[in-house]
Amino acid sequence: MTGATSLFQKKGEVAPPRKKLKVPRLFIFLCLAPWLFGIIFFTAYPMISSFYQSFTQYNIIDKPVFIGLDNYERMFFEDDDFMKALKNTIWISVISIPLRICFAIFAAWLLTRPKRGRNIYRTIFFLPSMVPAVAATIVFTYVFNPVYGPINKGLEFVGINNPPYWFLDPSWSKWALIILGLWGIGDTMIIFLAGLLDVPKSLYEAAELEGASGFQSFRFITLPLLTPVIFFSGVTGVIGSFQYFTQAFVASGQVNDYSKAMYFYATHIYQTAFKAYEMGYASALAWFLLLITMICTLVILKTQKRWVHYPNGSLFK
Amino acid sequence: MSQFTDEKLKQIDQEAIILRRKKKFKDFLQTVGDHSALITMSVIFAFPLFMVFIISLMSAGQAETRSFWPKPFVWHNYIEVFTTVPFLKWTLNTMFVSVMGTIGVVISSVPAAYVLSRLQWKGRHTTFLIILGTMMLPGQVTQIPVYIIFAKLGWIPSFLPLIVPAFFGSAFSIFLLRQFFTSIPDEISDAARIDGCSEFKLMMRIVVPLAKPAISAIALFAFLGSWNDFFGPLLYIAENPDLYTLGIGLNAFKGDHHTETSLMMTASVLFMLPVIVIFFFSQKVFIEGVTLTGVKG
Repeated sequence: MTGATSLFQKKGEVAPPRKKLKVPRLFIFLCLAPWLFGIIFFTAYPMISSFYQSFTQYNIIDKPVFIGLDNYERMFFEDDDFMKALKNTIWISVISIPLRICFAIFAAWLLTRPKRGRNIYRTIFFLPSMVPAVAATIVFTYVFNPVYGPINKGLEFVGINNPPYWFLDPSWSKWALIILGLWGIGDTMIIFLAGLLDVPKSLYEAAELEGASGFQSFRFITLPLLTPVIFFSGVTGVIGSFQYFTQAFVASGQVNDYSKAMYFYATHIYQTAFKAYEMGYASALAWFLLLITMICTLVILKTQKRWVHYPNGSLFK
Repeated sequence: MSQFTDEKLKQIDQEAIILRRKKKFKDFLQTVGDHSALITMSVIFAFPLFMVFIISLMSAGQAETRSFWPKPFVWHNYIEVFTTVPFLKWTLNTMFVSVMGTIGVVISSVPAAYVLSRLQWKGRHTTFLIILGTMMLPGQVTQIPVYIIFAKLGWIPSFLPLIVPAFFGSAFSIFLLRQFFTSIPDEISDAARIDGCSEFKLMMRIVVPLAKPAISAIALFAFLGSWNDFFGPLLYIAENPDLYTLGIGLNAFKGDHHTETSLMMTASVLFMLPVIVIFFFSQKVFIEGVTLTGVKG
């Protein structure tokens, strides 16, 4: 660097300040200050504080009382709602995460087919994912209403005499929520669509010359190249399903879900913290949630070597 | 050459024509098949939206019958929804929270993303990793103490807890902007720096204008994120009906108004409409944003 600047310097002249090398520390600090403040007061401090509170009994008004591991014990031995919420959440994750991925791949694959009109179809497929969750849920509780909703009208019309009661039936309400989730598949689908369009055409042409069937080229070309996206959706799906709240909350409010079939983990934290004001116990629930999501994510991360193909290397490799 | 008699050549020609026709026919069938599948799916995706609109035009009584078509069309619902519930107030509240939140996210995230991508300094990789980490962190872990902070500040119920955090940067937006800023060639900045341009000026005059698509993407995501948000308002404003946002208002509709289904659908249509309109005008920005980061909002 000195060599380069000295080219323009006459002997005896004082070197001009080398602006390029100087790191504008104050500028960097000022630019990051809001984020720094945020991470300290809205992330770091709350994390430490909720970790501590998870070992206390705390109702906001009185000082927290340290009770050791009681909160964690209570979860497993005294709290039926916790077990119910955990079971419901695991059930819906196991069913809906793979279902969502398959459906997203299918919808995205359909979108790669036509030569014309792709953008119109894409807009229609994507639109539902934009609808505010509250509105979407209210709309679905109407559409799936067993008495006057059009879905059951249609089902009866095609000869199904006892269509399910959907949101009103504890054994069907989760399915209705899953369908609601599939309807809003748009954002996941768009990522898969980008993945599909990235697959080089030459690969398919080569496969066709070799006499591969459509299914074979999907299985051995498309699917391996989509695995990074599948991996990503799996991870975000697990994190998302433990935070699944709005749709379930609104739907159970709409239909009075007494049997708690739509009572999920996030609902349980909400009820414990903000309805019962048991902040200590709710913090323990939140930390247990963090633990579960971390374990699930780690499992997916650890197994990825076996099934995720990165053509050009990746962040996680 | 002798084996290719005229007759044989003719035969080959004929076969080629038949083959080509067959191929054409096959392609045609495939196109028809593809489009019918796509149209079926489109109908399924559009159906609930179509139904809300139809029901929003029915009379309160008719909405709870098995009829499929409004008879008569009650356009009056779209006026009534403003008089039976404080719909205008809810809309203005939602608008206020969303606009303020968007401003907050943009002015706090742009500079952070700028120093993370355009400047070399010690600790910038660590900072970036922390940002990635906070994106993966389940909100519930921090929710309770944050709520307690706001409660102690006396900010509940008010809009402050919904707006103020936006001014302290959003990990998602910083991440998206950083990815985009990194793609702007360094030569541009170097040239400006040699000319004695200050970092701030460089950011505002050169990088920000070049990054307009990315900035509009994060602004859009931030706006829609708070427009569609339900959990935040549920925690912080649900105690005070004067502060209701559309989501909270709509959810409370049932309890307050004995399920006037058609009006509820009218309100839903009006709630979704801005989002749908925004989406139609900014589809490209939107889809690119989702593709780049894999997440919405």
